[in-house]
Amino acid sequence: MTSTLSILLVVSAALFCTGLLAALSRRHAIFILIGIEMMLAAANLNFIAFWRFGPQSAQPIGVMVAIFAIAIAAAEAAVGLAMVIAVYRHYRTTNVDELDQLKG
Amino acid sequence: MNSLIVNNIWLIPAIPLAASVLILGFGKSARIEGAAVAIAGQIIALTMSIFAFVPTLQTHGFRAIQNFTWFTFGDHALRIGFVLDPLAAAMLLMITLVGLCIFIFSIGYMSEDKNFHRFFAYLSFFSGAMLGVVISNNLLLLFVFWELVGLASYLLIGFWIDRPSAAAAAKKAFITTRIGDMGFFVGLLWLYQRSGTLLFYNNGGGCLENAGLILLGASATFIPLLIFCGAVGKSGQFPLHVWLPDAMEGPTPVSALIHAATMVAAGVFLVARVYPLFAVGAVNGVTSSLTVVVWIGVTTALMASLIAIAQFDIKRILAYSTVSQLGLMMVSLGVGGVAAGIMHLLAHGFFKALLFLGAGSVIHGCHHEQDIRKMGGLRRLMPVTFATYAIGMMALSGVPFFFSGAWTKEEILDATSHWPKSHLPYYLMLVGVVLTALYMTRQVIYVFFGNRRAASEHAHESPAIMTLPLIVLAFCAVALGVVLTPAWPWLDSYLTGHSAHFDSHLLIQSTVFVSLVLVGAGIAFGVWFYRRSGETDPLQHAQPALFRFLENKMWIDELYARTIIAFAKMLARVSDWMDRYFWDGIVRGLGALGNIFGSLTTTVDERGINAGVDEGTVGARELGRVGSVLHSGQIQTYLGVIAIGMIALLLLYAWLA
Amino acid sequence: MNIVALIILAIFTLAAALAAATLPKLMHAALSFAVAFVGVAAFYFLLGAEFVGLVQVFVYVGAVAVLVVFTILLTRTDAQKDRGFNWSGVLVAIAVFVGLLWAIFKTQSLAINLPKAEPLTVARIGELLMTSYVWPLQCVGVLLTAALIGALILVMEEKR
Repeated sequence: MTSTLSILLVVSAALFCTGLLAALSRRHAIFILIGIEMMLAAANLNFIAFWRFGPQSAQPIGVMVAIFAIAIAAAEAAVGLAMVIAVYRHYRTTNVDELDQLKG
Repeated sequence: MNSLIVNNIWLIPAIPLAASVLILGFGKSARIEGAAVAIAGQIIALTMSIFAFVPTLQTHGFRAIQNFTWFTFGDHALRIGFVLDPLAAAMLLMITLVGLCIFIFSIGYMSEDKNFHRFFAYLSFFSGAMLGVVISNNLLLLFVFWELVGLASYLLIGFWIDRPSAAAAAKKAFITTRIGDMGFFVGLLWLYQRSGTLLFYNNGGGCLENAGLILLGASATFIPLLIFCGAVGKSGQFPLHVWLPDAMEGPTPVSALIHAATMVAAGVFLVARVYPLFAVGAVNGVTSSLTVVVWIGVTTALMASLIAIAQFDIKRILAYSTVSQLGLMMVSLGVGGVAAGIMHLLAHGFFKALLFLGAGSVIHGCHHEQDIRKMGGLRRLMPVTFATYAIGMMALSGVPFFFSGAWTKEEILDATSHWPKSHLPYYLMLVGVVLTALYMTRQVIYVFFGNRRAASEHAHESPAIMTLPLIVLAFCAVALGVVLTPAWPWLDSYLTGHSAHFDSHLLIQSTVFVSLVLVGAGIAFGVWFYRRSGETDPLQHAQPALFRFLENKMWIDELYARTIIAFAKMLARVSDWMDRYFWDGIVRGLGALGNIFGSLTTTVDERGINAGVDEGTVGARELGRVGSVLHSGQIQTYLGVIAIGMIALLLLYAWLA
Repeated sequence: MNIVALIILAIFTLAAALAAATLPKLMHAALSFAVAFVGVAAFYFLLGAEFVGLVQVFVYVGAVAVLVVFTILLTRTDAQKDRGFNWSGVLVAIAVFVGLLWAIFKTQSLAINLPKAEPLTVARIGELLMTSYVWPLQCVGVLLTAALIGALILVMEEKR
């Protein structure tokens, strides 16, 4: 039985899986970050959906969580991208298949 | 003083033994001091012996005993002790006096020897040990001193250690007497087992006293015979006489002291001491053990006299003479004339020592020449030696009236003629008397009369220090002759405890005439036969085969070499083979076994354990390699795995819910 | 709410996201990544969380997407195309999607009608931030500071 909430959840699930796809299947290091951002966005969407369709309490918890999640995601993206640049400087490559120093 | 010495009779052997240790402690350079200590020790021992002798004269049947316990084991105790009786006292006196003369003689004789001090140490040691034999009241203690005497004899015969012949002679002496001592020891053990004590006199409980003798029972024949084995060895009786002539390899004073006067006398003394054991169950004074003693004595006396006629070494003639005289003494003891035998022993000690020292003087004067064929005409060149030697010779031959040897020989022949068992020993002894006179005459003529031959060209008389003892001993030989006349048989009574009185009847007896005739005949025949003796012996000329037989000591040494010694050598070879191949083989086998075990362990360790561990590690490494595939180091892989894991959890949840 | 708008917006967003995941050229992928986030922001507007939507636009599209573009520019290699495509990732993504779908449709309590929404004002959010959520606010502040410093250190030129 589909309801609006279900559709929203399906959408967020699809977004999540797309993000996963981006993280898993592209060779460039950037895409892992892109994928992670998309996954985070999907999770945020879930939060907001459940806030909208849940019991309206005094405190809009879902919204607050989503705001904080965005802030944290931004911080993480910044650090991650800085890391990509640093790795590129050292190894001269952005191909994740070649970045296997932790092998074994 | 008398009683002090009597109560501490152990001091008499202790002084010379202590002197011996002291001299060895002084060292090589202390020549005069060493000799002085030895002579001082001997003089002290002589003085004490005189003090010990005097009380034994005063009381009849004197016997002073000190017994004490040596150690205890459980219920039993080993008691030893010292005894002073006429027999022991007389022997003490003879040993110390003869010993003193020989010590003084040795100063001159051994003056050029560089081991001077060692000689006197050994002489003192011997003297102490011999004195210990004489005063022992316990058969085991006597055996201990007996062995010490044997040791001293070995050391002294082989004194010139750089001469192989001397070393061989010392070895021969020791081993031959050892054979006798084995019998002695077995007899000792058997005696202890039967009678429970080894003390001779113990207030009625000793093994020589009646209470002890009864306990012997049937073994009373064999125990004394076994003990007699020791005497056979020590006194050079047949068949263990072979060591005595070889023992002449030692210096002449040694031959005089040990092989004339004292050590060889120990065997006779032993028989006299344990005479009660021999005489158990005697019928008319005859027992089977005593009979054996008589026959061995007779054989020895006759055989040795015959061999002496064909010897050319001056000392060997005297050595065989000693053997013969000891045989005579054994005969005397065997037929029951214990006192006669001991008297002859005492007299023999003096004149045999005199003869040996005289021979030593001759050897010294002829610059260490010992072959009588190379001597001659020394009568004028060495007058003192000649005079004393002649006295000694006459004493030995038994020229009556003035010479000690005559009276004692009379007593022995008298006792032998009264033996119930057989008269054969008596007749053979008479033959022996003739032979004795004969070979002594031969020797004196060869050495002192006739033309001068090789060595006597440059002969000279010996120094006073050597001739003085000769004179003293000659005096003793004559004095004993006066003292020991059968007219006053005090020595006999002294030794046997019977009362005595002067009786001039006994001076003239039938046996005196018989012996006078025989001795005279012997000397006269000897003078006639050997008057023109030179490089070749007249007997050798007349009967070469017989002479060669006698000269080679009746081939007895060679017989022993072929049989007993060959047997011993074969045993040695067998033992060597066993040791080399059998035991060694076993040891090597065990070693090989160890080797095999070792290689087995190595194989198991290498092939089994090592390989197993290696395989295990390889397997672990493979597992690790397989496992590490997951650690690709690639982020995407990790992420994918996380996602898959999440799905798996979801499925699990679904399946559980 | 309008279902149709929802569906159209969903398709738009998902298309952009898919494009971001699969376009071979990096720049195109980055830009479609930004577009996808704009779509997500629209969703927020639809759902009545306007402030969140605006924050989303400011932060994600304005900062993160720009950062991504900058990073791509800074890490240029000769071949600007991203070579190779890992198909196992597709499988994993599909598996996860299936799993999630199953979870969504298994849940019973999702059939709820849209309740009446009380409008959420910015004043209200600000008031909450300063009272109930002040601690998380401060922590996020510290986190952002740390991230800033960390990023700077990471990209600093190594001392020769």
